[in-house]
Amino acid sequence: MAILVYAEHDNASLKKATLNTIAAAQQIGGDIHVLIAGSGAQAAADEAAKAAGVSKVLLADNAAYEHQLAGNLALLVADIAGEYSHILAPATTTGKNFLPRVAALLDVSMLSEISAVVDAQTFDRPIYAGNATATVKTSEDKVVLTVRTTAFDPVASEGGSAAVETLDNVQELGKSSFVNEEMAKSDRPELTSASIVVSGGRALANGENFTKYIEPLADKLGAAVGASRAAVDAGYVPNDMQVGQTGKIVAPDLYIAAGISGAIQHLAGMKDSKVIVAINNDPESPIASVADYFLEADLFAALPELTSKI
Amino acid sequence: MKALVAVKRVIDYNVKVRVKADNSSVDLSNTKMSINPFDEIAVEEAVRLKEAGVIDEIIVASIGPKESQEQIRAALALGADRGILVVTDAKPYPLQIAKILKNIAESEATDIILLGKQAIDDDNNQTGQMLAALMGIGQGTFASEVKVEGDKVNVTREIDGGLQTVALDLPAVITTDLRLNEPRYAKLPNIMKAKKKQLDEKTPADFGVDMASKQEIIKVVPPAERKAGIKVGSVDELVDKLRNEAKVI
Repeated sequence: MAILVYAEHDNASLKKATLNTIAAAQQIGGDIHVLIAGSGAQAAADEAAKAAGVSKVLLADNAAYEHQLAGNLALLVADIAGEYSHILAPATTTGKNFLPRVAALLDVSMLSEISAVVDAQTFDRPIYAGNATATVKTSEDKVVLTVRTTAFDPVASEGGSAAVETLDNVQELGKSSFVNEEMAKSDRPELTSASIVVSGGRALANGENFTKYIEPLADKLGAAVGASRAAVDAGYVPNDMQVGQTGKIVAPDLYIAAGISGAIQHLAGMKDSKVIVAINNDPESPIASVADYFLEADLFAALPELTSKI
Repeated sequence: MKALVAVKRVIDYNVKVRVKADNSSVDLSNTKMSINPFDEIAVEEAVRLKEAGVIDEIIVASIGPKESQEQIRAALALGADRGILVVTDAKPYPLQIAKILKNIAESEATDIILLGKQAIDDDNNQTGQMLAALMGIGQGTFASEVKVEGDKVNVTREIDGGLQTVALDLPAVITTDLRLNEPRYAKLPNIMKAKKKQLDEKTPADFGVDMASKQEIIKVVPPAERKAGIKVGSVDELVDKLRNEAKVI
Protein backbone atom coordinates (compact mmCIF):
# COMPACT_ATOMS: atom_id res chain seq x y z
CA MET A 1 0.00 0.00 0.00
CA ALA A 2 1.05 3.57 -0.58
CA ILE A 3 2.15 6.21 1.91
CA LEU A 4 0.38 9.55 2.25
CA VAL A 5 2.47 12.59 3.15
CA TYR A 6 0.67 15.73 4.22
CA ALA A 7 2.46 18.76 2.73
CA GLU A 8 3.26 21.84 4.78
CA HIS A 9 2.75 24.95 2.65
CA ASP A 10 1.45 28.50 2.81
CA ASN A 11 -0.78 28.10 -0.28
CA ALA A 12 1.87 29.88 -2.42
CA SER A 13 4.85 27.59 -1.92
CA LEU A 14 5.93 24.34 -0.35
CA LYS A 15 7.71 24.40 3.04
CA LYS A 16 10.97 22.54 3.39
CA ALA A 17 9.51 20.46 6.24
CA THR A 18 7.60 18.57 3.54
CA LEU A 19 10.86 17.42 1.92
CA ASN A 20 12.15 16.09 5.26
CA THR A 21 8.88 14.22 5.75
CA ILE A 22 9.09 12.68 2.26
CA ALA A 23 12.58 11.48 3.24
CA ALA A 24 11.12 9.67 6.27
CA ALA A 25 8.44 8.15 4.00
CA GLN A 26 11.16 6.85 1.65
CA GLN A 27 12.79 5.02 4.53
CA ILE A 28 9.49 3.26 5.27
CA GLY A 29 9.28 2.25 1.60
CA GLY A 30 6.36 2.30 -0.83
CA ASP A 31 4.67 4.63 -3.30
CA ILE A 32 4.59 8.16 -1.90
CA HIS A 33 1.59 10.39 -2.49
CA VAL A 34 1.72 13.99 -1.30
CA LEU A 35 -1.50 15.76 -0.29
CA ILE A 36 -1.78 19.51 -0.69
CA ALA A 37 -4.87 20.85 1.03
CA GLY A 38 -5.23 24.59 0.63
CA SER A 39 -6.83 27.38 -1.30
CA GLY A 40 -5.23 28.62 -4.53
CA ALA A 41 -2.44 26.16 -3.87
CA GLN A 42 -1.69 25.00 -7.43
CA ALA A 43 1.84 26.43 -7.26
CA ALA A 44 2.60 24.49 -4.08
CA ALA A 45 1.26 21.34 -5.74
CA ASP A 46 3.49 21.89 -8.80
CA GLU A 47 6.46 22.26 -6.47
CA ALA A 48 5.58 19.04 -4.65
CA ALA A 49 5.37 17.22 -8.01
CA LYS A 50 9.03 18.06 -8.63
CA ALA A 51 10.25 16.67 -5.31
CA ALA A 52 12.34 13.51 -5.56
CA GLY A 53 10.57 10.26 -4.68
CA VAL A 54 6.98 11.48 -5.07
CA SER A 55 4.79 9.34 -7.32
CA LYS A 56 1.55 11.34 -7.12
CA VAL A 57 0.36 14.71 -5.82
CA LEU A 58 -3.21 15.13 -4.64
CA LEU A 59 -4.51 18.68 -4.66
CA ALA A 60 -7.58 19.51 -2.58
CA ASP A 61 -8.12 23.15 -3.46
CA ASN A 62 -10.98 24.77 -1.61
CA ALA A 63 -11.67 27.73 0.68
CA ALA A 64 -12.41 25.18 3.43
CA TYR A 65 -8.69 24.37 3.59
CA GLU A 66 -7.27 27.88 3.30
CA HIS A 67 -6.30 28.27 6.95
CA GLN A 68 -5.54 24.61 7.62
CA LEU A 69 -8.29 24.30 10.22
CA ALA A 70 -7.81 20.97 12.00
CA GLY A 71 -11.45 19.88 11.83
CA ASN A 72 -11.66 20.16 8.04
CA LEU A 73 -8.22 18.73 7.31
CA ALA A 74 -8.77 15.73 9.58
CA LEU A 75 -12.07 14.85 7.89
CA LEU A 76 -10.40 15.09 4.46
CA VAL A 77 -7.41 12.93 5.36
CA ALA A 78 -9.51 10.35 7.22
CA ASP A 79 -11.81 10.18 4.20
CA ILE A 80 -9.00 9.30 1.77
CA ALA A 81 -7.06 7.15 4.27
CA GLY A 82 -8.48 3.87 2.97
CA GLU A 83 -5.79 3.15 0.42
CA TYR A 84 -2.82 4.08 2.59
CA SER A 85 -0.76 2.00 5.02
CA HIS A 86 1.01 5.05 6.50
CA ILE A 87 -0.05 8.65 6.95
CA LEU A 88 2.71 11.15 7.72
CA ALA A 89 2.85 14.85 8.47
CA PRO A 90 5.75 17.02 9.59
CA ALA A 91 5.72 17.76 13.33
CA THR A 92 4.99 21.45 12.71
CA THR A 93 2.16 23.21 14.54
CA THR A 94 -0.10 22.31 11.59
CA GLY A 95 0.84 18.62 11.64
CA LYS A 96 0.58 18.38 15.42
CA ASN A 97 -2.78 20.13 15.29
CA PHE A 98 -4.70 17.96 12.84
CA LEU A 99 -3.00 14.55 12.64
CA PRO A 100 -4.09 13.25 16.09
CA ARG A 101 -7.65 14.03 14.97
CA VAL A 102 -7.13 11.83 11.92
CA ALA A 103 -5.84 8.99 14.11
CA ALA A 104 -8.85 9.26 16.44
CA LEU A 105 -11.29 9.29 13.49
CA LEU A 106 -9.59 6.10 12.22
CA ASP A 107 -9.57 4.68 15.79
CA VAL A 108 -5.82 4.06 15.74
CA SER A 109 -3.05 5.17 18.08
CA MET A 110 -0.35 7.41 16.63
CA LEU A 111 3.32 8.20 17.15
CA SER A 112 4.51 11.78 17.52
CA GLU A 113 7.79 13.26 16.32
CA ILE A 114 9.54 10.12 15.12
CA SER A 115 13.30 10.64 14.86
CA ALA A 116 14.22 7.40 13.06
CA VAL A 117 12.58 4.63 11.03
CA VAL A 118 13.60 1.16 12.25
CA ASP A 119 11.15 -0.69 9.99
CA ALA A 120 7.68 -0.04 8.59
CA GLN A 121 6.08 -0.66 12.00
CA THR A 122 8.90 0.37 14.36
CA PHE A 123 10.16 3.86 15.05
CA ASP A 124 12.38 5.82 17.43
CA ARG A 125 11.04 8.88 19.15
CA PRO A 126 12.38 11.18 21.85
CA ILE A 127 10.58 11.26 25.21
CA TYR A 128 11.13 13.21 28.45
CA ALA A 129 12.30 16.37 26.67
CA GLY A 130 14.82 14.38 24.64
CA ASN A 131 16.44 12.84 27.71
CA ALA A 132 15.54 9.37 26.47
CA THR A 133 14.79 7.76 23.12
CA ALA A 134 12.05 5.14 22.94
CA THR A 135 11.86 2.51 20.22
CA VAL A 136 8.17 1.83 19.70
CA LYS A 137 6.53 -0.92 17.64
CA THR A 138 2.99 -0.41 16.50
CA SER A 139 0.65 -3.16 15.34
CA GLU A 140 -1.98 -0.76 13.96
CA ASP A 141 -3.07 -1.50 10.36
CA LYS A 142 -2.72 2.17 9.61
CA VAL A 143 0.39 3.84 10.93
CA VAL A 144 -0.12 7.53 11.69
CA LEU A 145 3.05 9.53 12.38
CA THR A 146 4.37 13.03 12.75
CA VAL A 147 8.01 13.40 11.75
CA ARG A 148 10.68 15.40 13.55
CA THR A 149 11.96 17.18 10.46
CA THR A 150 15.45 17.94 11.81
CA ALA A 151 16.10 14.19 12.11
CA PHE A 152 15.73 13.50 8.37
CA ASP A 153 17.75 15.06 5.53
CA PRO A 154 15.36 16.57 2.97
CA VAL A 155 14.89 14.93 -0.43
CA ALA A 156 15.88 16.95 -3.50
CA SER A 157 13.33 19.60 -4.41
CA GLU A 158 13.97 19.08 -8.14
CA GLY A 159 14.10 16.09 -10.44
CA GLY A 160 10.75 14.45 -9.79
CA SER A 161 7.85 14.52 -12.23
CA ALA A 162 4.78 13.30 -10.42
CA ALA A 163 1.29 13.84 -11.82
CA VAL A 164 -0.98 16.27 -9.99
CA GLU A 165 -4.46 14.91 -9.44
CA THR A 166 -7.24 17.22 -8.31
CA LEU A 167 -9.36 15.98 -5.42
CA ASP A 168 -12.92 17.17 -5.46
CA ASN A 169 -13.40 16.48 -1.78
CA VAL A 170 -14.72 19.28 0.39
CA GLN A 171 -15.01 18.53 4.11
CA GLU A 172 -16.30 21.01 6.64
CA LEU A 173 -16.68 20.31 10.33
CA GLY A 174 -18.48 23.61 10.72
CA LYS A 175 -17.76 23.99 14.44
CA SER A 176 -14.88 26.39 14.10
CA SER A 177 -13.87 29.31 11.93
CA PHE A 178 -10.81 31.39 11.20
CA VAL A 179 -10.77 34.88 12.73
CA ASN A 180 -7.33 36.31 11.99
CA GLU A 181 -3.62 35.71 11.88
CA GLU A 182 -0.68 37.78 13.02
CA MET A 183 2.57 36.60 11.54
CA ALA A 184 5.91 37.83 12.84
CA LYS A 185 7.83 39.42 9.98
CA SER A 186 11.41 38.40 9.34
CA ASP A 187 13.81 38.56 6.40
CA ARG A 188 16.13 36.07 8.07
CA PRO A 189 16.15 32.34 7.32
CA GLU A 190 13.47 30.24 8.94
CA LEU A 191 14.53 29.06 12.39
CA THR A 192 13.82 25.36 11.92
CA SER A 193 15.67 25.05 8.60
CA ALA A 194 18.55 27.54 9.08
CA SER A 195 22.08 26.15 8.94
CA ILE A 196 23.24 28.61 11.60
CA VAL A 197 21.21 29.82 14.58
CA VAL A 198 22.20 32.56 17.02
CA SER A 199 20.14 32.51 20.22
CA GLY A 200 19.92 34.87 23.14
CA GLY A 201 18.69 34.36 26.65
CA ARG A 202 17.71 36.24 29.75
CA ALA A 203 21.18 37.78 30.08
CA LEU A 204 20.43 40.04 27.11
CA ALA A 205 18.32 42.01 29.62
CA ASN A 206 15.99 43.65 27.07
CA GLY A 207 14.69 43.61 23.50
CA GLU A 208 16.95 46.44 22.32
CA ASN A 209 19.99 44.37 23.22
CA PHE A 210 18.71 41.59 20.94
CA THR A 211 18.68 44.11 18.10
CA LYS A 212 22.03 45.54 19.11
CA TYR A 213 24.03 42.41 19.93
CA ILE A 214 22.37 39.25 18.56
CA GLU A 215 20.97 40.43 15.22
CA PRO A 216 24.20 41.90 13.74
CA LEU A 217 26.00 38.61 14.39
CA ALA A 218 23.10 36.64 12.91
CA ASP A 219 23.05 38.87 9.81
CA LYS A 220 26.78 38.54 9.29
CA LEU A 221 26.48 34.73 9.49
CA GLY A 222 23.25 34.56 7.47
CA ALA A 223 21.76 32.94 10.55
CA ALA A 224 18.31 32.72 12.07
CA VAL A 225 17.68 34.26 15.49
CA GLY A 226 16.38 32.12 18.33
CA ALA A 227 15.70 32.67 22.01
CA SER A 228 15.29 30.88 25.29
CA ARG A 229 11.94 30.77 27.06
CA ALA A 230 13.20 33.29 29.61
CA ALA A 231 13.86 35.84 26.85
CA VAL A 232 10.43 35.21 25.34
CA ASP A 233 8.58 35.36 28.66
CA ALA A 234 10.35 38.60 29.52
CA GLY A 235 8.99 40.02 26.26
CA TYR A 236 12.36 40.64 24.58
CA VAL A 237 11.32 38.77 21.43
CA PRO A 238 8.14 37.15 20.02
CA ASN A 239 7.37 33.61 21.16
CA ASP A 240 7.74 31.98 17.74
CA MET A 241 11.48 32.47 18.23
CA GLN A 242 11.57 30.15 21.23
CA VAL A 243 13.84 27.12 20.95
CA GLY A 244 13.10 24.20 23.27
CA GLN A 245 10.76 21.39 24.30
CA THR A 246 7.79 23.73 24.10
CA GLY A 247 9.08 25.85 21.23
CA LYS A 248 10.92 24.91 18.06
CA ILE A 249 13.30 22.00 17.65
CA VAL A 250 16.39 22.97 15.65
CA ALA A 251 19.47 21.06 14.55
CA PRO A 252 21.64 23.51 12.58
CA ASP A 253 25.32 23.07 11.68
CA LEU A 254 26.19 25.81 14.15
CA TYR A 255 24.20 26.92 17.20
CA ILE A 256 25.48 29.91 19.15
CA ALA A 257 23.89 30.30 22.60
CA ALA A 258 24.60 33.69 24.16
CA GLY A 259 23.52 34.32 27.73
CA ILE A 260 21.53 31.08 27.92
CA SER A 261 22.05 28.88 30.99
CA GLY A 262 20.84 25.72 29.25
CA ALA A 263 17.83 24.41 31.17
CA ILE A 264 16.70 20.85 30.26
CA GLN A 265 13.78 22.30 28.31
CA HIS A 266 16.04 24.50 26.18
CA LEU A 267 18.57 21.74 25.52
CA ALA A 268 15.68 19.57 24.25
CA GLY A 269 15.32 21.98 21.36
CA MET A 270 18.93 22.31 20.22
CA LYS A 271 21.21 19.58 21.47
CA ASP A 272 21.24 17.77 18.13
CA SER A 273 23.01 20.75 16.55
CA LYS A 274 26.29 19.76 14.89
CA VAL A 275 28.47 22.35 16.62
CA ILE A 276 27.35 24.22 19.73
CA VAL A 277 29.03 27.41 20.91
CA ALA A 278 28.14 28.90 24.28
CA ILE A 279 29.07 32.39 25.38
CA ASN A 280 28.35 32.79 29.05
CA ASN A 281 29.96 34.37 32.09
CA ASP A 282 29.13 31.33 34.23
CA PRO A 283 31.37 28.32 33.48
CA GLU A 284 29.14 26.19 35.73
CA SER A 285 26.02 26.77 33.63
CA PRO A 286 24.52 23.55 32.18
CA ILE A 287 25.03 24.81 28.61
CA ALA A 288 28.76 24.21 29.15
CA SER A 289 28.11 20.46 29.30
CA VAL A 290 26.79 20.31 25.73
CA ALA A 291 28.90 23.08 24.16
CA ASP A 292 31.73 22.11 21.80
CA TYR A 293 33.27 25.52 22.38
CA PHE A 294 32.65 27.44 25.55
CA LEU A 295 33.75 31.05 25.83
CA GLU A 296 33.59 32.41 29.36
CA ALA A 297 33.01 36.07 28.72
CA ASP A 298 30.65 38.99 29.13
CA LEU A 299 28.41 38.74 26.09
CA PHE A 300 28.11 42.51 25.71
CA ALA A 301 31.84 42.62 24.98
CA ALA A 302 32.21 39.25 23.25
CA LEU A 303 29.32 39.50 20.76
CA PRO A 304 30.45 42.77 19.05
CA GLU A 305 34.01 41.48 18.93
CA LEU A 306 32.85 38.18 17.41
CA THR A 307 30.68 40.05 14.89
CA SER A 308 33.60 42.22 13.81
CA LYS A 309 36.01 39.30 13.45
CA ILE A 310 33.86 37.03 11.32
CA MET B 1 -21.27 26.67 32.19
CA LYS B 2 -19.23 23.68 33.27
CA ALA B 3 -15.56 23.06 32.63
CA LEU B 4 -13.68 19.77 32.55
CA VAL B 5 -9.94 19.91 33.13
CA ALA B 6 -7.71 16.88 32.57
CA VAL B 7 -4.52 16.60 34.61
CA LYS B 8 -1.70 14.08 34.39
CA ARG B 9 0.70 12.91 37.09
CA VAL B 10 4.20 13.19 35.63
CA ILE B 11 7.77 13.37 36.80
CA ASP B 12 8.56 16.87 38.09
CA TYR B 13 9.92 19.00 35.26
CA ASN B 14 13.09 19.84 37.17
CA VAL B 15 14.12 16.23 37.70
CA LYS B 16 16.87 14.93 35.47
CA VAL B 17 15.53 11.59 34.25
CA ARG B 18 17.54 8.39 34.21
CA VAL B 19 17.01 5.46 31.90
CA LYS B 20 16.81 2.07 33.66
CA ALA B 21 19.82 -0.21 33.24
CA ASP B 22 17.73 -2.87 31.49
CA ASN B 23 16.51 -0.24 28.96
CA SER B 24 12.88 -1.07 29.71
CA SER B 25 11.88 2.47 30.64
CA VAL B 26 12.79 5.57 32.58
CA ASP B 27 13.43 5.06 36.30
CA LEU B 28 10.55 6.68 38.20
CA SER B 29 11.16 5.12 41.61
CA ASN B 30 11.64 7.69 44.39
CA THR B 31 11.36 10.63 42.02
CA LYS B 32 9.28 13.68 42.70
CA MET B 33 5.97 13.67 40.82
CA SER B 34 3.81 16.69 40.01
CA ILE B 35 0.94 17.93 37.87
CA ASN B 36 2.11 18.23 34.28
CA PRO B 37 3.02 21.96 33.93
CA PHE B 38 0.69 22.52 30.95
CA ASP B 39 -2.19 20.99 32.91
CA GLU B 40 -1.52 23.41 35.77
CA ILE B 41 -2.02 26.20 33.24
CA ALA B 42 -5.30 24.55 32.18
CA VAL B 43 -6.50 24.44 35.82
CA GLU B 44 -5.52 28.10 36.26
CA GLU B 45 -7.44 29.13 33.14
CA ALA B 46 -10.56 27.30 34.33
CA VAL B 47 -10.29 28.98 37.74
CA ARG B 48 -9.92 32.40 36.08
CA LEU B 49 -13.00 31.73 33.91
CA LYS B 50 -14.87 30.84 37.09
CA GLU B 51 -13.68 34.01 38.81
CA ALA B 52 -14.86 35.97 35.77
CA GLY B 53 -18.33 34.42 36.18
CA VAL B 54 -18.19 32.46 32.91
CA ILE B 55 -17.90 29.02 34.52
CA ASP B 56 -19.96 27.75 37.46
CA GLU B 57 -18.31 24.43 38.13
CA ILE B 58 -14.88 22.94 37.43
CA ILE B 59 -14.48 19.17 37.30
CA VAL B 60 -10.93 17.88 37.27
CA ALA B 61 -10.20 14.39 35.95
CA SER B 62 -7.09 12.26 35.97
CA ILE B 63 -6.46 8.80 34.57
CA GLY B 64 -3.58 6.83 36.03
CA PRO B 65 -2.32 5.13 39.16
CA LYS B 66 -4.06 5.56 42.52
CA GLU B 67 -1.41 8.14 43.51
CA SER B 68 -2.80 10.50 40.86
CA GLN B 69 -5.28 11.58 43.51
CA GLU B 70 -2.47 13.80 44.84
CA GLN B 71 -2.54 15.73 41.57
CA ILE B 72 -6.35 15.98 41.66
CA ARG B 73 -6.19 17.28 45.25
CA ALA B 74 -3.60 19.82 44.14
CA ALA B 75 -5.97 21.01 41.41
CA LEU B 76 -8.84 21.16 43.91
CA ALA B 77 -6.65 23.32 46.15
CA LEU B 78 -6.14 25.70 43.23
CA GLY B 79 -9.89 26.17 42.86
CA ALA B 80 -11.44 23.21 41.05
CA ASP B 81 -14.73 22.03 42.57
CA ARG B 82 -14.64 18.23 42.38
CA GLY B 83 -12.52 15.43 41.04
CA ILE B 84 -12.85 12.19 39.11
CA LEU B 85 -10.00 9.71 39.32
CA VAL B 86 -9.98 6.85 36.83
CA VAL B 87 -7.63 4.31 38.36
CA THR B 88 -5.54 2.13 36.10
CA ASP B 89 -2.08 0.64 36.24
CA ALA B 90 -1.90 0.49 32.46
CA LYS B 91 0.44 2.94 30.74
CA PRO B 92 -1.91 5.72 29.64
CA TYR B 93 -1.99 6.21 25.85
CA PRO B 94 -3.73 9.27 24.36
CA LEU B 95 -6.41 7.39 22.38
CA GLN B 96 -7.68 5.49 25.43
CA ILE B 97 -7.49 8.61 27.61
CA ALA B 98 -9.45 10.56 25.00
CA LYS B 99 -12.16 7.87 24.97
CA ILE B 100 -12.56 8.06 28.76
CA LEU B 101 -12.57 11.86 28.75
CA LYS B 102 -15.24 11.85 26.02
CA ASN B 103 -17.45 9.75 28.29
CA ILE B 104 -16.92 12.11 31.21
CA ALA B 105 -17.39 15.27 29.14
CA GLU B 106 -20.64 13.98 27.65
CA SER B 107 -22.13 12.56 30.84
CA GLU B 108 -21.27 15.72 32.77
CA ALA B 109 -22.38 17.95 29.84
CA THR B 110 -19.30 20.15 30.10
CA ASP B 111 -19.03 23.18 27.81
CA ILE B 112 -15.30 23.84 27.90
CA ILE B 113 -12.74 21.06 28.10
CA LEU B 114 -9.25 22.18 28.98
CA LEU B 115 -6.08 20.10 28.64
CA GLY B 116 -2.38 20.85 28.50
CA LYS B 117 -0.91 20.87 25.00
CA GLN B 118 1.39 17.96 25.86
CA ALA B 119 2.59 15.93 28.82
CA ILE B 120 6.27 16.39 29.51
CA ASP B 121 6.88 12.65 29.93
CA ASP B 122 5.67 11.14 26.65
CA ASP B 123 5.75 14.48 24.74
CA ASN B 124 2.88 13.24 22.57
CA ASN B 125 0.69 16.31 22.07
CA GLN B 126 -2.30 14.19 20.96
CA THR B 127 -4.95 13.77 23.67
CA GLY B 128 -6.85 17.06 23.24
CA GLN B 129 -7.01 16.73 19.48
CA MET B 130 -8.17 13.10 19.71
CA LEU B 131 -10.84 14.05 22.23
CA ALA B 132 -12.18 16.83 20.00
CA ALA B 133 -12.26 14.44 17.03
CA LEU B 134 -14.12 11.71 18.98
CA MET B 135 -16.67 14.28 20.17
CA GLY B 136 -16.93 15.85 16.70
CA ILE B 137 -16.33 19.33 18.11
CA GLY B 138 -13.90 22.19 17.47
CA GLN B 139 -10.47 22.51 18.99
CA GLY B 140 -8.22 25.41 19.95
CA THR B 141 -4.77 23.92 20.46
CA PHE B 142 -1.65 25.68 21.79
CA ALA B 143 -3.83 28.45 23.25
CA SER B 144 -2.22 31.66 24.46
CA GLU B 145 -5.51 33.53 24.92
CA VAL B 146 -9.06 32.34 25.60
CA LYS B 147 -12.12 34.62 25.36
CA VAL B 148 -15.63 33.29 25.88
CA GLU B 149 -18.26 35.33 24.04
CA GLY B 150 -21.81 34.02 24.35
CA ASP B 151 -21.98 30.48 22.98
CA LYS B 152 -18.61 30.79 21.27
CA VAL B 153 -15.03 30.92 22.43
CA ASN B 154 -12.25 32.77 20.65
CA VAL B 155 -8.90 31.07 21.03
CA THR B 156 -5.61 32.66 20.02
CA ARG B 157 -3.14 29.92 19.08
CA GLU B 158 0.63 29.89 18.93
CA ILE B 159 1.56 28.63 15.48
CA ASP B 160 4.87 28.47 13.60
CA GLY B 161 5.55 32.01 12.49
CA GLY B 162 3.09 33.84 14.71
CA LEU B 163 -0.41 33.73 16.16
CA GLN B 164 -3.75 32.58 14.78
CA THR B 165 -7.19 33.21 16.25
CA VAL B 166 -10.07 30.80 15.72
CA ALA B 167 -13.70 31.00 16.86
CA LEU B 168 -15.15 27.76 18.22
CA ASP B 169 -18.74 26.74 18.95
CA LEU B 170 -19.22 25.42 22.49
CA PRO B 171 -18.63 22.78 23.62
CA ALA B 172 -15.01 22.94 22.54
CA VAL B 173 -11.65 21.50 23.47
CA ILE B 174 -8.83 23.89 24.33
CA THR B 175 -5.21 22.85 24.92
CA THR B 176 -2.96 25.28 26.75
CA ASP B 177 0.40 26.68 25.76
CA LEU B 178 2.92 28.09 28.22
CA ARG B 179 2.03 31.70 27.77
CA LEU B 180 -1.70 31.37 28.43
CA ASN B 181 -1.26 32.35 32.08
CA GLU B 182 0.90 32.17 35.17
CA PRO B 183 -0.52 29.48 37.49
CA ARG B 184 -1.09 30.50 41.11
CA TYR B 185 0.24 28.66 44.14
CA ALA B 186 -2.14 26.80 46.44
CA LYS B 187 -2.64 28.46 49.83
CA LEU B 188 -2.50 26.31 52.96
CA PRO B 189 -6.17 26.83 53.97
CA ASN B 190 -7.19 25.88 50.43
CA ILE B 191 -5.08 22.73 50.60
CA MET B 192 -6.95 21.80 53.79
CA LYS B 193 -10.33 22.58 52.22
CA ALA B 194 -9.43 20.56 49.13
CA LYS B 195 -9.24 17.43 51.29
CA LYS B 196 -12.99 17.70 51.87
CA LYS B 197 -13.98 18.21 48.26
CA GLN B 198 -15.68 15.37 46.42
CA LEU B 199 -13.41 12.91 44.60
CA ASP B 200 -15.07 10.00 42.80
CA GLU B 201 -13.09 6.92 41.90
CA LYS B 202 -13.80 5.04 38.72
CA THR B 203 -12.12 2.47 36.51
CA PRO B 204 -11.72 2.43 32.70
CA ALA B 205 -14.21 -0.48 32.65
CA ASP B 206 -16.89 1.87 34.05
CA PHE B 207 -16.60 3.75 30.77
CA GLY B 208 -16.31 0.61 28.64
CA VAL B 209 -12.76 1.52 27.62
CA ASP B 210 -10.11 -1.16 27.15
CA MET B 211 -6.72 0.30 28.10
CA ALA B 212 -4.73 -2.10 25.89
CA SER B 213 -2.71 -0.27 23.25
CA LYS B 214 -1.37 -1.49 19.96
CA GLN B 215 1.92 0.22 20.72
CA GLU B 216 4.70 -1.64 22.41
CA ILE B 217 7.86 -0.06 23.76
CA ILE B 218 10.77 -2.21 22.61
CA LYS B 219 13.44 -0.30 24.46
CA VAL B 220 14.33 3.04 26.00
CA VAL B 221 17.88 4.32 25.71
CA PRO B 222 19.63 7.50 26.82
CA PRO B 223 20.39 9.96 24.02
CA ALA B 224 23.83 9.78 22.40
CA GLU B 225 26.34 11.65 24.55
CA ARG B 226 28.08 14.60 22.95
CA LYS B 227 31.84 14.44 23.06
CA ALA B 228 33.31 16.75 25.66
CA GLY B 229 33.80 20.29 24.45
CA ILE B 230 36.66 22.65 25.08
CA LYS B 231 36.95 26.03 26.71
CA VAL B 232 38.33 28.77 24.49
CA GLY B 233 40.15 31.70 26.01
CA SER B 234 39.28 34.48 23.58
CA VAL B 235 37.05 35.51 20.71
CA ASP B 236 40.04 35.11 18.36
CA GLU B 237 40.51 31.52 19.44
CA LEU B 238 36.77 30.86 19.00
CA VAL B 239 36.76 32.29 15.47
CA ASP B 240 39.86 30.25 14.62
CA LYS B 241 38.29 27.02 15.93
CA LEU B 242 35.02 27.62 14.07
CA ARG B 243 36.91 28.36 10.82
CA ASN B 244 39.66 25.78 10.89
CA GLU B 245 38.60 23.00 13.24
CA ALA B 246 34.81 22.80 13.01
CA LYS B 247 34.72 24.46 9.57
CA VAL B 248 31.22 25.82 10.12
CA ILE B 249 31.82 29.45 9.15
